[in-house]
Amino acid sequence: MTEPQTERVTSTLEAEVAGSAPIAEASLWSDAWKSLRKNPFFIVGSVLLLVFLVMALFPQLFTNADPRACDLSRSADGPSGSAWFGYDVQGCDYYANVVYGAKVSVTIGFLSMLGTLVIGVVVGAIAGYYGGWLDSVLARITDIFYGLPLILGAFILLSVLPDRGVPEVSLALIVFGWMTAMRLVRSTVVSVKDADYVQAARALGASTPRILIRHILPNAIAPVLVYSTIYIGTLIAAEATLTFLGIGLQLPEISWGLQINSAQNRLRDASHLILFPSAFLSLTVLSFILIGDALRDALDPKLR
Amino acid sequence: MGRFVARRLLLTIPVLIGATFLIFAMVYALPGDPIRALAGDRPLAPAVQAQLADEFNLNDPLWLQYVKYVGDLVQGDFGTDFSGRPVSDTIEQRLPVTAKLALAAVIFEAVIGLIAGILAGIRRGSWFDNLVLVSTTLIVSVPVFVLGFIAQYVLGLKFGWFPTSGIGDGWYSYVLPGLVLASLSLAYVARLTRTSLAENLRQDYVRTARAKGLKPSVVIGKHTLRNSLIPVVTFIGADIGALMGGAIVTESIFNIPGLGRAVYDAVLRQEGAVVVGIVTLFVFFYIFFNLVVDVLYALLDPRIRYD
Repeated sequence: MTEPQTERVTSTLEAEVAGSAPIAEASLWSDAWKSLRKNPFFIVGSVLLLVFLVMALFPQLFTNADPRACDLSRSADGPSGSAWFGYDVQGCDYYANVVYGAKVSVTIGFLSMLGTLVIGVVVGAIAGYYGGWLDSVLARITDIFYGLPLILGAFILLSVLPDRGVPEVSLALIVFGWMTAMRLVRSTVVSVKDADYVQAARALGASTPRILIRHILPNAIAPVLVYSTIYIGTLIAAEATLTFLGIGLQLPEISWGLQINSAQNRLRDASHLILFPSAFLSLTVLSFILIGDALRDALDPKLR
Repeated sequence: MGRFVARRLLLTIPVLIGATFLIFAMVYALPGDPIRALAGDRPLAPAVQAQLADEFNLNDPLWLQYVKYVGDLVQGDFGTDFSGRPVSDTIEQRLPVTAKLALAAVIFEAVIGLIAGILAGIRRGSWFDNLVLVSTTLIVSVPVFVLGFIAQYVLGLKFGWFPTSGIGDGWYSYVLPGLVLASLSLAYVARLTRTSLAENLRQDYVRTARAKGLKPSVVIGKHTLRNSLIPVVTFIGADIGALMGGAIVTESIFNIPGLGRAVYDAVLRQEGAVVVGIVTLFVFFYIFFNLVVDVLYALLDPRIRYD
């Protein structure tokens, strides 16, 4: 068989596969969508998430006040009609500050999720596909990183970095958080790499990257999607925790962790300073968890 | 069984070495100069600096520092902090505090988590099941330090039921921090138990037991629970190690002088020896409890053993 012919056969076969794939896919995803539409948790989560995403992108839509316009004479005043969330220790409008805080939380959440996915998919695919000693070595490396809890590892790493902005905090969360994504991808790859359709693709001369990307990795989309939705919530909470501990983001950044940190000694006399950023933070995390839980129920046929 | 344990033990060694090296490299590859940090505002004489650098092996390449450190470590020598106090003294003094905190957390996690999970799993779809689902979702969504503040504010300040800081009241002062530390795992245990129980209740052997006319309490208590609790027990076991390492946040909020608080202080003061020593201990506990759990799993579930 000459080159173009092989090429044509491959492409017709793949066209057929591709032609049948949308039907199969459509059934899984449209089934999922059907059950998601009726799931109240999913609806609540999506609305919440939408609100916080808009808040992160366009905080001006939510408040006219300037978060950095402060007047010390109003220091730590409680909520009132003119300032819904009161004023912080510096006398800045707290509602504006809390609204502007959404941006870094959401940014770090998505950024570190992206990094986690890149490492998880690449390392997981290599370990699962090639197996053997490479798999064993990568499994041991994963074990090593599992030995350090996310917060503790990121805490130590950040403490030795000279600057701590959004990229550094995201990096620390990626370095100590990629392992579960890797195992998830690896187990999917292992479970399908000897399937008939993969053998068929290989017999037709498809290259390894093509086999992985077109035939094997799509199987991991559903579990990885569920995992990453929930995990973004975890990452946002982790960032706030690190910042609260004084080792994450630094002033003059506007972030919920920093707000809670600077208010922690005012619990007795100005509890609103802790209440509002905590509530926004928790609701953001909640929105991701609600969506993730609903996605899992919808995408996992075993639970039906 | 012996071979399984031996294999598992051997696999632990590279992980332990790798994890300690990771911590060591992070702490000691830092760009700052710890000797100058130690000296403060008044610079030390060059001769003293050189002597101190020599004493703490700061002139050696990183890998040699690490080898020397591990050499001391296996003899029980954790090194000293900058004021000359052995790190092992700090550990000896603070380990019982963290251990008590972790123990309190594990008790809460197991008791509340299991009861909630079992009751929810038996009656799926009931109001209690929905209550467990909603409350675990909420608990998981609220970051631990926020939960700590809520507990301090409501249970400590408003109602005055619990002390909010320190360990002056003996075991009683561990209740609130223990509950906060356990919260996340507690929610997981409840959910895991619920799912696992519900899955097992659909199995054929449960139907057989019911068909034999056994009482529902026997079907659930003797047949179903035994199988459903295997993943739960292993989760709780592995969690002990994770709880000790996670105590850093809880101990900071409740001002508890345990190992987590010591790491926190040491990181801020750049006390490398203390950080490396205690975190190494955390990793050791984490790996140890995981090992125990793996062996336990093989004992409880024969399918693993004969693989």
